[in-house]
Amino acid sequence: MSTTDLDAARPGVLARLWRWFKRPSAIGWGFLALGFFVAGILFWGGFHWALEATNTEQFCISCHEMRDNVYQEYRKTAHYSNKTGVRASCPDCHVPKDWRYKLVRKMQASRELWGKAFGSIDTPEKFAAHRVTLSKSEWRRMKTTDSRECRNCHNFKSMEFTLQEPRAAKLHQEALNAGKTCIDCHQGVAHRLPAHAPDAYTEMLDTIDKVGPIQQAIDFLQDADVQKAKAAPR
Amino acid sequence: MTGRLPTFLRAATLGLVFAAILPAASLVQAQSSGGAVKTLREEPLTDLGTAPELARQSTPADGFGRAYRQQPPLIPHKIDGYQINTDNNQCMSRHDWPANTRYNALKISETHYVDRQGARLDKVAGTRYFCTQCHVPQADAKPLVGNIFQNATQAK
Repeated sequence: MSTTDLDAARPGVLARLWRWFKRPSAIGWGFLALGFFVAGILFWGGFHWALEATNTEQFCISCHEMRDNVYQEYRKTAHYSNKTGVRASCPDCHVPKDWRYKLVRKMQASRELWGKAFGSIDTPEKFAAHRVTLSKSEWRRMKTTDSRECRNCHNFKSMEFTLQEPRAAKLHQEALNAGKTCIDCHQGVAHRLPAHAPDAYTEMLDTIDKVGPIQQAIDFLQDADVQKAKAAPR
Repeated sequence: MTGRLPTFLRAATLGLVFAAILPAASLVQAQSSGGAVKTLREEPLTDLGTAPELARQSTPADGFGRAYRQQPPLIPHKIDGYQINTDNNQCMSRHDWPANTRYNALKISETHYVDRQGARLDKVAGTRYFCTQCHVPQADAKPLVGNIFQNATQAK
């Protein structure tokens, strides 16, 4: 009889846990707050760590698609090796520096995992066949954002035209006056060009505002000025 | 004398002539190997030697001009990394018509639009495709040996 009383007075383990969870004591609140704090550090830190870990050249060339094609081309160019030793690695040009733009680009890039999984460019032949699409996509990104990633290092305002080769100085001044952007002239500075590159570039300009809703959303989040890019002189 | 020497005398003369020439020839040989004429390399073949200093590229603003009528014009600007391959010819993106008008660049010669059968083409002929076979940049380097070359206009 007394045992049944005790049983009634003392609820089961699950019930007690549930009660502890529902009505925590002051110490319980403290633990809860501490728990969230630690979890916050772990998750936020972990998120950042993952973001940075996937934002290195080492990560990019861990896939043979990048290592055997675009990386080999890039190694012969001035952005890989030059007289001053200043280097621009993959993410310096292909991932924006600014946090919000970077996050959008990273989300967009998750689509590349799909390509990796299904091997859309896993042979040299497939890569060659896709090169024009890949180039146009990067050209469009540069064109609509006024070559934002180029300008992290190369800025018209800091460019001393008098120190440049005469023809370069002249063309840079003209480009500046006409409101042109880097990629309008400097295509293929780091990679092999697709076949008939000038025609492909014109094609990209002609269809610059003919994109689907997802790309439109990305353009919006990237502050991409498609109309300005469309109206710019050729 | 009758004008024709006896055979034995002719043989003797020839022998004398050779006797005079041979030591002289070997003397010349000895001189050239003895250091009178230096090689451009200036170091024994068995040594690795020192690399010559690198010369900067010459980029005159108004070009080089030509030394004679048929000379392919020299390139007065940098062409490092310019892609000339099966997919693209980056020189043509500026020096082909009509792009040259937009960029104020020189147009390639009309002869370059004619193929070897004499047919006129709209694009640069395949036989002329690889620009750098004839047109080259110039290093701003000191000549290795003296040179009295005069170009066609100076020589006239």
